Amino acid sequence: MKRTLATAVLSCSALLLAGSALAADTIKIGYNIPLTGDIPKVGESSKLSAEMLKEDINGAGGLEVGGKKYMLDFIYEDNESKAESAVTTALKLIEKDQVLAMIGPNSSKQAVPAGQIADDNQTVMVSPWSTNPDTTKDRPWVFRAAFLDPFQGPVAVNFSAKTFNAKTAAVLYDLSNDYSKGLAEIFKEEFEKKMGAGSVVAFESHGTKDQDFSAQLTKITSAKPDFIFVPDNYNQVALIVKQAHQLGYKGPFMGSDAWGSSELMTLCGDDCKGLYFSTHYAAAGATGATKEFIDRYTKKYGYVPDDVAALTWDATRIVLQAIQDTEGLSGKIRKDRKAVRDAMSEIPSFEGITGAMKFDEEGDPLKCAVVVRISDSGEFEFTESVCP
Amino acid sequence: MSTASLIQNIINALQWGSFYALIALGYTMVYGVLVLINFAHGDIFMIGAYVAFFAATFILSTLGLPGWAALALTIPITMIVTSLVGVSIERIAYRPLRRKGAHRLYVVITALMCGLILENGNLALLGASRKAFPSLISEHVYTIGGVSFTNLKIAVIVTAFICFFILHWIVTKTKVGMAMRAISYDKFAVPLMGIPIDNIIVVTFVLGSSFAALAGLLFAMSYPILEPYMGALIGWKAFIAAVVGGIGDIRGAFIGGFLLGAVEIMVVAFFPSTYRDLIAFTVLLVILSFKPTGLFGIAKTTKI
Repeated sequence: MKRTLATAVLSCSALLLAGSALAADTIKIGYNIPLTGDIPKVGESSKLSAEMLKEDINGAGGLEVGGKKYMLDFIYEDNESKAESAVTTALKLIEKDQVLAMIGPNSSKQAVPAGQIADDNQTVMVSPWSTNPDTTKDRPWVFRAAFLDPFQGPVAVNFSAKTFNAKTAAVLYDLSNDYSKGLAEIFKEEFEKKMGAGSVVAFESHGTKDQDFSAQLTKITSAKPDFIFVPDNYNQVALIVKQAHQLGYKGPFMGSDAWGSSELMTLCGDDCKGLYFSTHYAAAGATGATKEFIDRYTKKYGYVPDDVAALTWDATRIVLQAIQDTEGLSGKIRKDRKAVRDAMSEIPSFEGITGAMKFDEEGDPLKCAVVVRISDSGEFEFTESVCP
Repeated sequence: MSTASLIQNIINALQWGSFYALIALGYTMVYGVLVLINFAHGDIFMIGAYVAFFAATFILSTLGLPGWAALALTIPITMIVTSLVGVSIERIAYRPLRRKGAHRLYVVITALMCGLILENGNLALLGASRKAFPSLISEHVYTIGGVSFTNLKIAVIVTAFICFFILHWIVTKTKVGMAMRAISYDKFAVPLMGIPIDNIIVVTFVLGSSFAALAGLLFAMSYPILEPYMGALIGWKAFIAAVVGGIGDIRGAFIGGFLLGAVEIMVVAFFPSTYRDLIAFTVLLVILSFKPTGLFGIAKTTKI
């Protein structure tokens, strides 16, 4: 009996030792992503894309940092697409899971508050998809892989003025979403600068959980705009476009990068065909490394990756690049986090699958945006590329 | 605001209010008979939408029937399956507590929990991904003098009115209705008269749940994106509508539903849409502070 107990204790401690030995050779990266809530497809895309990258690297024996191979351990935590959950998720990843760096949150609504937590706790955070300036502003520890709304807004203004020959516009946005509200305001300012005061004939908002937009759309259609700008998440876009058509609106819509989910067309169907939106990359007609990524992802998961998938891939690769640039990890988490941050800020430029990017002093990349048209077969077709 | 916009908004309000009214009818029925606020009712509505989704998709894809036939089959299937869910909740959760003579507070908490179980059970079973409801009938947009409406919008409003008149007839003109009113009057004396109280309660839940199911189906057709939490907010608002109308009174629930729909739409039509819920609920609060029992509620008399 005593012997069995002793063996048990021994084997347990052996296991523990093995465990800690293993832990020393892994790099933990946390993902603060929306797996449930309003935009679950965004979280899923991030996770699947990261899994594919992890399999690549771990399959090749791990990531080499300073002559030593490390296995990658990605921890996916659900932030329920809520601002307050994004904060607790960030804290959990940083304090409990002791991650070296955090990817996400994706939407600005979550990325803006979570960025504060990452910055306060001195952990590198890279948001793949957030476009609101506040996410990285005055936060040396926070970076992103997407372009910014002050850049995206004018892209939408110039494109729609040219393509729709528009003199007036209407805007419908989500008031409780930092991303949507910020972009709507930038758009209004830019459009009125270009077309004169009062050219935005209707500027209407709604709540995140709303399903009926008939009153806002009645106001918008009676103002007779040349087009409607809808900087909203894809799930709401599907409802808004349908209801506008039910109210007899036949004009064009212009959208923003939050439209670009692979789920948009399943939810929206025929109503969304022929509409335009600005985004990070166009899957149809891609070349080189981008095409290779798209083909592999499509083969593995059965659908074309959306922009979040591509941006998560880029964001993770940037972090891994920075980890390699540190030329050796000490195993002390605070010191290593600092080393990763320093390496991040020194990356001169990065060839991502969503285009080449170069970080400025705020941690924001300078990169191009594309405008895509939703084709009759439901594909996002490349129409125009705009570079800063 | 032009007349066309005003009429347009009245149609919008009638359609939006129809959903509140249909759900509020279920709240008020159960309250009238059992003096129980059935907080799971909003989620019964959600179940209705999902049942309709599965029934419609199955009929369209597997049986390959045309849209109108699919709709004709989906309506009874949705109503029957959803009322089974409603009755099961009553059997599993409320009846045992009632038998043990538990205080009403505990039954209300149980109802809240049932609602959460339905929501999260759906989330666990089907995942967080949204479902796109298939289009069963082709929608036509009619425009008369700048006012646009679709055949579906008209169908929603007409259905709500028909349901109300059917329910009103059942409660005031039939024996079951008389029994319901009797239970709400005195639930201890009624069994002594030989009225099967449990059966009457089951009928109440069947009626309430099938109206919620109908609302779920029509909602899914009008706003064809389904998610597990879709019933929570609309359920609470419908409850508020029932209270404003005078909970326990079916006319009150019906008018309260349309009132809330109209206030929400009209606030957006006349004020910046940012103030919608703020103004809408302030108006309702003012109504309640003048008439605490609601528009049709009478303190301490027969309800329903």
